[in-house]
Amino acid sequence: MLLRHTPKEITERSALTINPAKTCQPIGAMYAALGIHGCLPHSHGSQGCCAYHRSALTRHYKEPVSAATSSFTEGSSVFGGQANLMQAFSNIFAVYNPEIIAVHTTCLSETIGDDLPQIRKKAIAEGKIPEGKYVISASTPSYAGSHVTGFSNMVKAMTELAEPTGKKNGKVNLIPGWVEPADMEELKRLSKLMGVGTIMFPDTSGVLNTPLTGEYKMFPDGGTTIAELKSTADSIGTIALGEWSSADAARELDSKHKVPCKILDMPFGLKATDRFIDALHKMAGVNVPEEIMVERGQLVDLISDMHQYFYHKKVALAGDPDQLIAMTEFLVSIDMCPVHIVTGTPGKKFEKRIKELTAGMPCQVNVRAKGDFFLLHQWMKNEPVDLLISNTYGKYIARDEDVPFLRWGFPILDRQGHQYFPTVGYKGGLRLLEKILTLLLDRKDRDDTEMKFELVL
Amino acid sequence: MTAVKNRKAQLGPAEVKAELLAKYPPKVARKRSKQIMINEALENGTPEITANVRTIPGIITMRGCTYAGCKGVIMGPTRDIVNLVHGPIGCSFYAWLTRRNQTDPGPEGPDGENFMTYAFSTDMQEQDIIFGGEKKLAAAIQEAYDLFHPKSIAVFATCPVGLIGDDIHTVSRQMKEKLGDCNVYAFSCEGYKGVSQSAGHHIANNQVFRHIVGADDRPVEGKYKISLLGEYNIGGDGFEIDRIFKKCGITNIATFSGNSTYKQFATAHQADLNAVMCHRSINYVADMMETKFGIPWIKVNFIGAKATAKSLRKIAAYFEDKELIDRVEAVIAEEMPEVEAAVKEILPRTEGKTAMMFVGGSRAHHYNELFKEMGMKTISAGYEFGHRDDYEGRRVIPTIEVDADSRNIEEIEVEADATRFKPRKTAEAMQALEAAGTVKFKDYEGLAPDMDAGTLIIDDLNQHEAETLVKLLKPDIFCAGIKEKFSIQKLGIPMKQLHSYDSGGPYAGFKGAINFYQEIDRLVNSKVWSYMKAPWQENPQLSGAYVWE
Repeated sequence: MLLRHTPKEITERSALTINPAKTCQPIGAMYAALGIHGCLPHSHGSQGCCAYHRSALTRHYKEPVSAATSSFTEGSSVFGGQANLMQAFSNIFAVYNPEIIAVHTTCLSETIGDDLPQIRKKAIAEGKIPEGKYVISASTPSYAGSHVTGFSNMVKAMTELAEPTGKKNGKVNLIPGWVEPADMEELKRLSKLMGVGTIMFPDTSGVLNTPLTGEYKMFPDGGTTIAELKSTADSIGTIALGEWSSADAARELDSKHKVPCKILDMPFGLKATDRFIDALHKMAGVNVPEEIMVERGQLVDLISDMHQYFYHKKVALAGDPDQLIAMTEFLVSIDMCPVHIVTGTPGKKFEKRIKELTAGMPCQVNVRAKGDFFLLHQWMKNEPVDLLISNTYGKYIARDEDVPFLRWGFPILDRQGHQYFPTVGYKGGLRLLEKILTLLLDRKDRDDTEMKFELVL
Repeated sequence: MTAVKNRKAQLGPAEVKAELLAKYPPKVARKRSKQIMINEALENGTPEITANVRTIPGIITMRGCTYAGCKGVIMGPTRDIVNLVHGPIGCSFYAWLTRRNQTDPGPEGPDGENFMTYAFSTDMQEQDIIFGGEKKLAAAIQEAYDLFHPKSIAVFATCPVGLIGDDIHTVSRQMKEKLGDCNVYAFSCEGYKGVSQSAGHHIANNQVFRHIVGADDRPVEGKYKISLLGEYNIGGDGFEIDRIFKKCGITNIATFSGNSTYKQFATAHQADLNAVMCHRSINYVADMMETKFGIPWIKVNFIGAKATAKSLRKIAAYFEDKELIDRVEAVIAEEMPEVEAAVKEILPRTEGKTAMMFVGGSRAHHYNELFKEMGMKTISAGYEFGHRDDYEGRRVIPTIEVDADSRNIEEIEVEADATRFKPRKTAEAMQALEAAGTVKFKDYEGLAPDMDAGTLIIDDLNQHEAETLVKLLKPDIFCAGIKEKFSIQKLGIPMKQLHSYDSGGPYAGFKGAINFYQEIDRLVNSKVWSYMKAPWQENPQLSGAYVWE
């Protein structure tokens, strides 16, 4: 047993987190910044933060992740990191020449109180930022929120670039939240099918799922361009997917530039995708095309065809709030029972929302924001489940408890596909159900007696 | 752009160096120039390189931080110590199971203590940063103790801890006294200290020596007692070395720190020899154990079959015991035929190929041996966090300038233990062994003497230099870490991780050497590198319709 020391008996912990279901803000800021075309993310702190974030993102995407660091020393930690950041600006533009640098802080630079907007002002005054180049910054202290908060803060920082021209561009801003490059591609495909022009930001498709051609591009072809980010102030509206990861940026555009916003759940599963398509339909004033109706119908068809295998199966979930809310709704909608749900990201609203979504379910639900994998495992020992859905770290629990395991979320370190195959939208729903079914039916085939073993399922 | 592999290498080392520096602002170029050395075969050593200096802000470095060196590298693989990270959540999360240290729960089997799969953190919040985190740390130690009753709890500081002034050492001492049967101690390994992971190794060495080594005097039974220092059991390297030791009849009391236990460290002072693998990360503890307990140390290398044989012979020569010398020879004779057969099988496909290695503080040197066995040449190499002695040999240590960053890392004053200091050999016996040429004590030759003249030795290589080097010199394989892997592979050059071995290993010892030959053969000869261009890209776009008509 790999988690042999985890006791079944649950004791409340006040100070100790064991096996976290979250990580820190800066990695989210780095991931978001990679979704701007020609952007070099910059970590203002000691170089270990940058190394860890690049490593984690690289292990998840199996793609190059370039990012720079202020490489704080003990001296900069005492006297402030301004000199390091100024030097970094000069070096980055000279050596790598990005269009834009997106700086985020760390617990180190936050604790000593470095003021990024002031440093940027000084850099501009001293000519450290070449003509036509940009620097944006986000405050992302690791001791508050989680990686999702950091993502949200950097997406919000992107709205700094919004520049109204006084003329509407006829487009919808689409803030996808922390989803995979494949999901972002799928959201763009759906919008295109609807005939809606969108500005999606950030957009990591074409950045973290690039082809192997013998050429290395430090700044790949994908990503939201600066021109597009400027134009977000002229859009007819903003659709933000995920309260935790996207809402702040949408509200900022609304309050600063009067771009009205609609904040939705991430479109995982039938109902959330319905709401997304409906919002596009209403905001852009377009009809929903037949192709999308067919995709929706196919998803409903699969749910009906295989309902007997989903019905009242118990599921444990760990992940990020926006994903978990949508997934919980999806599972409940196909009559599965998500019974244990943890996120490491704080927020009372999360627990309330999960309780609402699971209210009609025929079983007790354990839900915890600021929870961890250790608690989830203890819950599973007390009330076993038929399926575990989480990032790769769940594999240790799944092995010990012999539970089918769906890898979904961040990070996935031991399987492929998340870069290429979306789980958003109706097609993404099909993929999720196919994966869940395969897991449940493989388990059934493994466990059925020879007498019960069947050809047709 | 054509695939880089198709271009021809023509540039000499001085031209390559100039190209590496061409893009830099003058100040950066001046600094980097001192860390890029064209190797020469000088009569008395090698040229001087600048190493272990600050990374330049904004230059995309391979390096990590002090915390990574301390918690991640040295203490990470200790399986029965609860490693509790005091800080915001990230540092603990990123060091959770990501280094591929394999672990055997020991003779107790499934009931053996193994906390490797757990990440422990105080998950500091804003109010802890403002009001201090000492109370939370004490409570977390108590909760960890109540849940797991470990023998030992190690506390690691992250950046904000040092800044807000949490006294983790006092909290640890108080908790040790309170708990009674649990050794609690702390590491001030804040990420901003030093210039790389290397400072963290030193800090870890100091505290392991101060708080654990020598804590258990219950005698360890066995013949030819040694400890293996600086071996982290990545991909099972330590398991293979232990297999060989066992076969030779050598007792390995403690491995620092692959698959290690608290007791191994605590009894390590009973060894009669310390064999040092990764010089950079662990030489401090070897030195301190020599001074305090009288245990001599020698440098060994179990990467490469020939290097393994040589290291075994060194250990046997040290013990000056015919039984062991004969046994080691018999083991080498038994193991080598399989190795030789494997080399013979891959050699036609690897001979003459070239490699680059930029990794660690010893590995870039160790793996030279394996590439040599495959007939491959290392055309450029360097360390991520090495010091000058790792390049030029230990004899340069007195000439290394101690800068402010190094001065901030504690040096422990060690004295001979009043009761337990026992020189394992007389000075005369040690001199005689050195004179015979078989064993050299307390010595490490460094990487440079093993590299050919005209090769480039580069310290703290960065993203821009890696890309330029690969484009100019077109190696057949490039070795570094996960962050570098895919930018190199996008260029059409296979990349092998030599920190975590990708998914492979072991590569140490005899069986490991065979694994490595096969892995490198697979990588450099993989068909995938020929798929960069589609057939229609070989011809002008319009010729298609013409040919069809």
